[in-house]
Amino acid sequence: MALLSVEKVTKRFGGLAALEDVSLSVRAGEIYGLIGPNGAGKTTLFNCMTGLYTATTGAVRLDGAPVQGLKPHQIVKLGFARTFQNIRLFANMTALENVMVGRHVRTRANVLGAVLRCAGTRAEEAAIRDRAHELMKYVGLAGKGRTLANHLAYGDQRRLEIARALATEPKLLALDEPVAGMNPAERVQMGELFRKLRDGGVTLLLIEHDVKLVMGLCDRVAVLDYGRKIAEGPAEEVRKNPAVIAAYLGGESA
Amino acid sequence: MNRALDGLRKRPRLTAILLAILLAALPFMMGFGLGNSWVRVLDFVLLYVLLAIGLNIVVGYAGLLDLGYIAFYALGAYLYAWLASPHFGLHLPFWLVLPIGAMLAGLFGVLLGAPTLRLRGDYLAIVTLGFGEIIRIFMNNLNAPFNLTNGPQGMNLIDPVSIAGFSFGKPLHVFGMTFPPTYFYYYLFLAFTLLAIFVALRLQDSRIGRAWAAIREDEIAAAAMGINTRNMKLLAFAMGATFGGLAGGLFAAFQGFISPESFNLWESILVLCMIVLGGMGNIPGVILGAVLLTAIPEALRYLGDFQRATLGHVAVDPADLRMLLFGVALVAMMLFRPAGLLPSRQRKREFAAEDGVAEQEQASLYDARA
Repeated sequence: MALLSVEKVTKRFGGLAALEDVSLSVRAGEIYGLIGPNGAGKTTLFNCMTGLYTATTGAVRLDGAPVQGLKPHQIVKLGFARTFQNIRLFANMTALENVMVGRHVRTRANVLGAVLRCAGTRAEEAAIRDRAHELMKYVGLAGKGRTLANHLAYGDQRRLEIARALATEPKLLALDEPVAGMNPAERVQMGELFRKLRDGGVTLLLIEHDVKLVMGLCDRVAVLDYGRKIAEGPAEEVRKNPAVIAAYLGGESA
Repeated sequence: MNRALDGLRKRPRLTAILLAILLAALPFMMGFGLGNSWVRVLDFVLLYVLLAIGLNIVVGYAGLLDLGYIAFYALGAYLYAWLASPHFGLHLPFWLVLPIGAMLAGLFGVLLGAPTLRLRGDYLAIVTLGFGEIIRIFMNNLNAPFNLTNGPQGMNLIDPVSIAGFSFGKPLHVFGMTFPPTYFYYYLFLAFTLLAIFVALRLQDSRIGRAWAAIREDEIAAAAMGINTRNMKLLAFAMGATFGGLAGGLFAAFQGFISPESFNLWESILVLCMIVLGGMGNIPGVILGAVLLTAIPEALRYLGDFQRATLGHVAVDPADLRMLLFGVALVAMMLFRPAGLLPSRQRKREFAAEDGVAEQEQASLYDARA
């Protein structure tokens, strides 16, 4: 069964249809790529899935549970985390604190617990810290916990966003252009991290521009163009699809 | 001096004991050294520290600019007056009235917070400013058709605090010395202020405090990390307002008289100035700001006496000078210590980073991507 299923989603802004009848399904345990030229509607679809926008029509389900109409924090609680295309870290908090914030949704301490700091709260706080350290190490940021988030190198900021998202214990992690602005060597390293994540049991939805990376990494790929899905399937097939080639190279189908 | 400070930092227990002795002896030192009027000033310092700590939860922790904070102070004060004065003939004990006042203010914090959830920055400031004024104007006009607040005349003869039959309303005579009620109120206010400091510090360093900081930094990212931003913002409003209401109740009992004039916009701005001047988000900074902005105007009164003694008349009214000095202090602060006198770790980094190398590198990277 599909972990994430998008069913005939349409999103209109006034008269403009940013998405039209887009359907796709992401299976548990795969890396699923969503590609398309600039303005194809990738980020709009992404925002419809993660609760920032509400789809005009259509449905999005995570593990069978309907997602639309839910607030972003409720969607995170269901197990769907995301990163942002333009990095949105908590810039003036330390790297570790950023990851600790990600644990919020899986922890419970309330005002009374925080003020009295009883044994339960102390244990929970220690667990949050430990898990945050683990995740920092997992994404390759060991020892950088005390650095301010906006003082991290660009590639490290991307990694930190992933660690922060992982802290919410997602079943599905959606990454919006995670290698944008990186050099080829960094891209390869990020690709390795993505494989490690998938092998660790996290399903990945990758939104990318960089066709080469997506083709090399993804188990299955969908292509959007002008708000419509023009192809879906294993990377090899999609690469040869004439409609896809036309969308990327322009003009009539090659 | 620096070596002494370092030594104290290494011995937290000794520091705490010295601080406790200082705080316990402070009213006597002030009373005998400078006169009993300074004990009263101390009481007000503590009230403003309490207010500033409350507002700091809203503004410093959660980043919600609230310009109507004094309304919660007013609510706490009026509730105390309603339940413990001849106005309605009710004389409930203070330990019952104070929590009710704090809770009422907290409830109004949520009521104010709810419609402003979608607002940020300037817009939020304007709406909260309006709320503060609405409460004050209500208090000013609710003497008809039903006399709830006694209008601009204010409410009088409010019961003083009384603990186990000992009333704070009369001076105490012991060992041939007379201690006015300001001494008792000092210790009462000190207890509540220490409690507020404790609560604020614990909250700051907790799951809740991190969620507030995340909302302050980037609300959309906070929501995307699973933080219920609506509830967390309402919680910040409610917590801040509760402290405001508590301070209001204490103020009413202390003064014995309240009127709408005590709760005007200037008071809201004054409390905000304390936070900004001292260092937003940082409890020691907030305390310092409240102490300075309450005590300095009092000290300025001596300038009036000084002018009378030297010039024979008052050439510059110290009250006018007060506003001038506030202005100068704030401008100087913006120039020399933009993050406040004692900034929080985060604010310090925020401001320091602006000319830091790392930030420049970052900027060039952003340029490259744009």
